[in-house]
Formats: sequence, C-alpha cells, structure tokens
Amino acid sequence: MDDFIAARSQMALSLGFHIIFSCIGMVMPFFMAVSHYYWLRMGRPVFKNVTKAWSKGVAIFFATGAVSGTVLSFELGLLWPEFMKHAGPIFGMPFSLEGTAFFIEAIALGFYLYGWDRFHPWFHWFTGVIVGVSGLLSGILVVAANSWMNSPSGFDFVNGQYLNIDPIKAMFNGAWFSQSLHMCIAAFAATGFAVAGVHAYMILKKKNVNFHSKAFKIAAAFATFAAVLQPLSGDISAKYVARTQPAKLAAMEAHFKTGSSAPLIIGGIPDVKNKKVDYAIRIPGLLSFLSFGDFTAEVKGLDSIPLADQPPVSITHYAFQTMVLLGIFMVLISLLYFTALIKKKSWLGSKWLLSLFVLAVPLGYMAIEAGWIVTEVGRQPWIIYGIMRTRDAVTPMPGIAYSFYLFTGVYLSLALIVIFLLDRQIRMVPELYDTDNKSKI
Amino acid sequence: MVYVVMAYLWGAILLYLLMGGADFGAGIIELFTSGNNKSKTRRTMYHAIGPIWEANHMWLIIAIVILFVGFPVIYTTMSVHLHIPLAIMLLGIIARGTAFAFRNYDAVVDNMQKVYNKIFVYSSFITPLFLGIIAGSAVSGKIDVHAANFADAYIFSWLNWFSVAVGFFTVSICGYLAAIFIIGETDTQDDRIRFIRKIKHMNIAAVITGNLVFMAAFFEGIPLFEWVFGNAVGRVAIIAALLSLIALWLLLFRGKSRVLRVLAGFQVTMILVTVTVRHYPNMIILKGGGYLSLLEYAGHEQTIYWLGMALLMGSVFILPALYYLLYSFNKKSI
Repeated sequence: MDDFIAARSQMALSLGFHIIFSCIGMVMPFFMAVSHYYWLRMGRPVFKNVTKAWSKGVAIFFATGAVSGTVLSFELGLLWPEFMKHAGPIFGMPFSLEGTAFFIEAIALGFYLYGWDRFHPWFHWFTGVIVGVSGLLSGILVVAANSWMNSPSGFDFVNGQYLNIDPIKAMFNGAWFSQSLHMCIAAFAATGFAVAGVHAYMILKKKNVNFHSKAFKIAAAFATFAAVLQPLSGDISAKYVARTQPAKLAAMEAHFKTGSSAPLIIGGIPDVKNKKVDYAIRIPGLLSFLSFGDFTAEVKGLDSIPLADQPPVSITHYAFQTMVLLGIFMVLISLLYFTALIKKKSWLGSKWLLSLFVLAVPLGYMAIEAGWIVTEVGRQPWIIYGIMRTRDAVTPMPGIAYSFYLFTGVYLSLALIVIFLLDRQIRMVPELYDTDNKSKI
Repeated sequence: MVYVVMAYLWGAILLYLLMGGADFGAGIIELFTSGNNKSKTRRTMYHAIGPIWEANHMWLIIAIVILFVGFPVIYTTMSVHLHIPLAIMLLGIIARGTAFAFRNYDAVVDNMQKVYNKIFVYSSFITPLFLGIIAGSAVSGKIDVHAANFADAYIFSWLNWFSVAVGFFTVSICGYLAAIFIIGETDTQDDRIRFIRKIKHMNIAAVITGNLVFMAAFFEGIPLFEWVFGNAVGRVAIIAALLSLIALWLLLFRGKSRVLRVLAGFQVTMILVTVTVRHYPNMIILKGGGYLSLLEYAGHEQTIYWLGMALLMGSVFILPALYYLLYSFNKKSI
C-alpha cells in the first residue's frame, strides 16, 4: 500500500470512528437531562431508571470518544506534519477553546456520574446539562476548524508564506456556520434514531415495555425534529459549496459540463473517462435552482477545473447520493411519526412504525459518514483548499501502511467490544434499571 | 504573552505528570500486586480516582494543543522523528482509557473483567514508559533532522539508553505518586502498612531508575550531571527535594495524608524544575548541538496572543470547577 494512501486511510478511519462516538457523547447527555428533568418534576422512578441506564451509555461513549479524540490531536502531526506546521497557528483557535470546553465536559461528567444523592438534585441535574452543552460546543469548534480547510481565511498567502495571521477571522471562516449547523443537527438525528430504534426493538420484543416506551419517546422526539430540519441546513451548505468550492459540487453531482439550467442528477454511475453519467435520473434546471436559487443559473462543471485539481468523482457522487437518500428516508419516518402523534394515535404502538425505527438504527450514522466523505474527499487534492495539496502535507516517514493496519485492527476490535458492551447493557435492563418490574425502588 | 503560554505549557505538563501520573501509577501498582490484594488495591484506588478520572488526562490534550498552535515547528519535529514512540503511546492511551471505562461500566461482571484488567495494567505501564522515552528523547540530542536512513531518522532518535532510562524513571515516579495517594484512602491500619510497603518499593525503584538515568547519560555522552548540578536553581531544587523526601519518611506512619501528598508532589515538581530550568527556553535538543527554542519558534504574534487569551479565559472556568470536583469527592474520604 502506498504510504500516502495509507496515511489518508488511517486519518479517514480515525475520524470515521471518532465521529460516531463524539456524536453520541455530545447528544445523549441531552436525552439524559430531559429524562432526569421528568424524574425530578414528576418523581416517577421509571424516568430515574432511564436516566441511569443512559448515563452508563454516555460514560462508555464519552471515554471512547475522548481517547479517539486524543489520538486525532496527535495524528494530525504524525501523519500531516507539513500541514500542521503552517496551519496550526492559523486554525488553532477553535482547538484552544475546544480544549476548555472538553475539559469542562469531563469535569461535569465526573460530577454527574458520581453525584447521585451527593448534591442538591437540581445542581446534579445542571451538571448533566453542562455535559451536553460543553460537548455540543466542542463539536461546533472542531467542525469550525475543519471548515477552515474548506474555506481558508484569516491569513494572506504570499509567495508560499502565510502572513498577517488572524486566528479569530480563521475561526469564523465562511463555512463554519453552515458546516457546524449541518453536523449538529445530523448528530441529533443520527443518535436520536439509533437510541429510539434500540428501544423500539425492545418494545417489539415486549420486554420492559413501560421503561422502553418512555426512553423511546424522548429519543424519537429529538430524532424526528432534527431529521425534518436537516434538509434546510443541507440547503444552506449546498449553496455555500456551490459558491466557494465548485469542484466539490461538480463531483457531488457528477456534473461534467459547465452550463446554465443544469439538471439535478439522481443516482447513476459516473463514467469519468467519457465524462458522462449512465442510468441516472435527470431533473432539468433543478441543480441550478438548488445551488443558486435560479433555474437558469450557470453551474460550473468538472470541465472548468484542471484535471490535477479535480476530486475523485465517483466516491464523492456515491457518498452524496447515499447521504441524501438516507436523509430523505429519515424525514419520511419522521413525518409518519408526527402524523401518528397528531392524527393517528393508533399508529403509535403499531408494529410497522416501530419496525421502521428499528430499521433506522444505523442509517443516521451511515449518512454522517457519507457526508464526511463528501466534505473530505470532495476537497481533494487539497488539504487547505486552493493553498496546500494533501500530498505535500504527508509525513516523510515511510512504512505508514503498517501503522494503518495496526490502527485498523485496534479500531475494529474496539468497535466490536463497544457493541458487545451495549448488548450487555440492554440485556441487563430488567435487573439493573427497570425497578418498576421488581416491586422495589 | 508568549511567557504566559509557556507557563501554561509547563503547568499542563506538570499537572499531567502529577495527576495523570498518579493515575497511571494506580495501574502500575496493580501490576506489581499479587493475588488477593489486587482487588483490594483496585477498589480503594477507584473509589478515589473514579470521578476525576477523565479530567486527569485532559492535561495532555491542553499541552499538545498549546504545542501545535503555539509552537508548530517543535510539534511537527517531534511528530516526525518520534512517530513510533508517539504511536505506541497512543495505542497505550486507547487501550487504557477504554479498558478503564469498560470495566467500570460493563453491566455484567464476569470473566471479561479479567481481560479489561489485564489490558488496563499493561497499558498503564507502557503508556508512561513511552511518555518518558519521548521526554528523554527531546533533550537527548539524538533527534537528527538531517538523517539519511530510516534507522537514524526514526528509530535511534528515541531508542537509546538515556531515553529508555528516563522512561523507566517516569514509570517509577508514577507508581510512587499513586502509592502516596492511595495511603489517604485506606481505612485500616493493615492496609496502611501494606501500602507503606508499596511506597518503599516504588521509592527504591525511583532511586534505582534515577541512577540508571545518570549512568545512561554518562554512557551516551549527555552532560546530565552538569545540567542538574551546574546551576544554583538545580542544586537548590535537588536539595529541597531530598529534604522533603526525608520529611516524608519521618511522617509516613502518622502524618496526615494530605501533607504526604503535598510533599510527594513537591518532589516531582522539583525534578521537573531541575530538568527544565537548565534548558530554558529550549524544548528540543537536536543532534549536533542545535536547539529548538520555545521563544525562537513561537508562532505568529497574533496566534500567541489569542492562544494566551484562550488559556486565561479557560482557566477561569476550569480551575474552580476542577477544584470543586476534587473538594467534593475528597471531603468524605479524608
């Protein structure tokens, strides 16, 4: 395996792993806090039990997310030293702040996990809220750092020199808002669907139905609300990409020829050699409209971009299509769920609706991974868009392939262990958490 | 502002050495404790460490962020030439962090606990060993930025007697700190005596490995003796550390655990003072006598200013919260 490809794969793997854990770590505390709030307000033990069960999950995911995040902060230098040498001082501001947010999160989690019956109940609840808020803040900051790579700002690039550095301007680069918004909503939708799906499965199996129904309702509320908002934030993102990264948009859409009234290409197999897409559905003018709000606007195609500056088309296109498809599927489930809540109460406990939620367990995370592939692969061959090429940033050390194999092994086994642990958590619900069924509190 | 940032870097390294060190040490003690006492050690230890566990390891992240934002050349030089020990350390961090979480939060307590424990104790040993190796390599003068072949550039930069000796010295310091820490958490006189024996062992280990560091330095041609005793601050720090060590031994059997902790922390601080003062403001010594100085290789002025501001603002939130966390969970055990 080529060292450069190995370095990219190792980075992709580490990020892909970390993203899932950090999403859960930053979203589940909110579910936990809601359930905890119900317990404090209504005093029904089932909510306390749900809170405790979820907090165990948060602890496992936070610990795993924390170590995988630590690994990433080193990997940036281990794999991309040339990038960090120049970029570190420019886009470091969000990382410096993220250090604080993350630290606060760890402290608050210490209070929360070990604080039952030791503090005033509302102070204890509040530390749980802090876990969520600081986690969310960390997420926004890290995405802001990534968005700087897509829309570099806060410096002047003169003759290969990075001058007039302004870390604040770099942090609030053009893409920070659209990317962070899209990511945060995605985290809520994905984690919401995953958690709701697991509880839906247990309801279907008729185990601890009261416990799981309460948990399902809280998670499903977050999931469905986030899922229907997501297309809006996606639209903001797409419009921004259309303006600033035409190569990425063209690759996402497999849009080869520059032209006005560009069609939206759905599905299909990009044929990069002959610059066409086979078996695709085309909706005339829609790409122009979605990108610029005008059915006749000109959309730059890959033909306007030098071959050396083009991202890999097929991967970006497939990833984008996957993300959108999964997103639409989750919106549909959400709309059905809303209908059930408002009009058709009989649907609520129905087998088919719960089964849809079970089906959606992995979908949100698959969409997140696909979305990150679009962002990252779509930015290639650049590591800092338009400024530094990824190939020029890689470490001079040979043999990265072995490092990649090693880390792949470690991450795979970790993923397996975490799944194994969650399975055990869920199996133990009747004994550990669902006190209603055991006539003791 | 660059001095503020440097002070934070130093502080983060010290706190990681003290708090993270005691934390690693818990695993190290467990590794060297046999049979029945093992689970007892574990229980006592984690009763105390549980709530602050995650926070202990944040100091490393703070230090690394300061390095890559403020001193990117130093960060990248280390990343390139110490890639291998850094990668091993990372694997240690992954293994240790997850094993700890898994064994604490696994809903079923069965044979899997043995697996988690094994991973935990071995990674508790390996991680500080490589942290020490990395620290030793930074000042060993073996990092060769002009090396022509793989071994010189990426292996011998860290695989030398001096760096390895510093690694083992770091491990024994961690064990020592943990043993002192755990004394305050014991309930019975029996336990106390047992852990005093542990302190004794760890202390002897630290003295032996400390001497090994000097021998290795001599062997590798590193003027460590001159570094440590060649200036007034170093001499005073070493004498102060020795005095506090004597005081610690005198107080060991009846002293308040808080006093013991302060004394042990003081000793480790003095060791860090000694090794950093002589090299100030240099962070890395290269082969052939070149230096990477924190002052010379500090990032752009604006970067340092905002990094300093972020750290100052961060401490306003972090320090009181952290203090309250330590206070809340300690008041019931002391």
